[in-house]
Amino acid sequence: MTGDDDGNPLFSLAWTFAVTSLFAVGGANAAIPEMHRIAVDVHHWLTDKQFSDAFAIAQLSPGPNVLIVTLIGYSVAGVVGALVATLAMCAPTAALAYVVSRWLTQSRGARWPAIVQSALVPLSIGLMAASALILALASDHSWAAVLVTVAAAIVASVTRLNPLWLLLVGGCLGFAGVV
Amino acid sequence: MSSEIAPAAAPDISSTPPSVFALFVAFAKISLAGFGGVLVFARRAIVDEHRWMTAEEFNETFALCHFLPGPNIVNLSLVFGSRFRGIVGGLAAFAGLLGPPMLLMTVLAALYSHFGEVEALRRGLAGVSCAAVGLLAAVVFRMLQPLLKKRDLLGLMVMMAVFAAIGLARLPLPAVLLVAVPVSLAVTYARTSETFYPKSSTTTSAETAAKRGPTP
Repeated sequence: MTGDDDGNPLFSLAWTFAVTSLFAVGGANAAIPEMHRIAVDVHHWLTDKQFSDAFAIAQLSPGPNVLIVTLIGYSVAGVVGALVATLAMCAPTAALAYVVSRWLTQSRGARWPAIVQSALVPLSIGLMAASALILALASDHSWAAVLVTVAAAIVASVTRLNPLWLLLVGGCLGFAGVV
Repeated sequence: MSSEIAPAAAPDISSTPPSVFALFVAFAKISLAGFGGVLVFARRAIVDEHRWMTAEEFNETFALCHFLPGPNIVNLSLVFGSRFRGIVGGLAAFAGLLGPPMLLMTVLAALYSHFGEVEALRRGLAGVSCAAVGLLAAVVFRMLQPLLKKRDLLGLMVMMAVFAAIGLARLPLPAVLLVAVPVSLAVTYARTSETFYPKSSTTTSAETAAKRGPTP
């Protein structure tokens, strides 16, 4: 590992993900670019390939998508790292939601939540589009791979097929050496 | 309302609030069923199966958790659980949602660190990530539809600016949001107050986006 060798990696994990979560407007997938920037570009915790693998594993597994941070945490500091990263990513914003929801029930009918919400929609779309681009650059290294991505996007857009099937088909194509 | 002492609940709502243990189990089940997005399963379990909330209450609670930062469904678990059983109930739902899949994920991480270099697994995962990126792109297109339909030019410009700053220039997220959030708020606020009570078209599209938002 390069960079802050003298700092405790657990502290670095906790701080990184706690801050990132507070800026994750629109959910976990909107935070992917920032996670990638920190884990791959700044700290070199993971390679580009490992990052896109982590995303793939998180998508394949049950549970909230945010659990990609468990994988990143594990690769930095084992089981403890997995736990620290997950809690750092989830606990602060959940606590914030708890406080705000209690406060909102006391001020019902206010107009500003709707305004804030519609103001954030374009931001979260922009962030998720950036996530898609960064992950595409990390995983699509051939024309066949790009084709699989485009096909999955089209099928997911026009059908109501369970996304798990598309992931499995992608896995089989990869295993067969097509991608 | 009714002559009973029971809380004034609509008839389609279960009259007994869930216990702390029931909250833990329900959210563990929701989480482990949730391949590619947990929200659908959460709605099904909470509204249809257990009847702990009406669909409207669920949407309202989720909308709140969606506009706040962080993983939406995780926020929802704490808020939801604490409505019924205080902070202990909230923590039970939170632990149920995160605990079991986190254990599974830790096992997978350990396996990956041992076998990640095995050629067959490398290739398989590479294929999965190609498809997963496609799924993410599909979500982006779906969220984009309301903006395109409304010809919301300002919204689209904000979106493109954020995309360029984060995806192309790779700027740090906090810096980008410190600029983008106030700008977007100002634009939205100016628009809603200039067309006073425009049958709140901005609100509805935001809500539909919020409902559709975080799946896969």
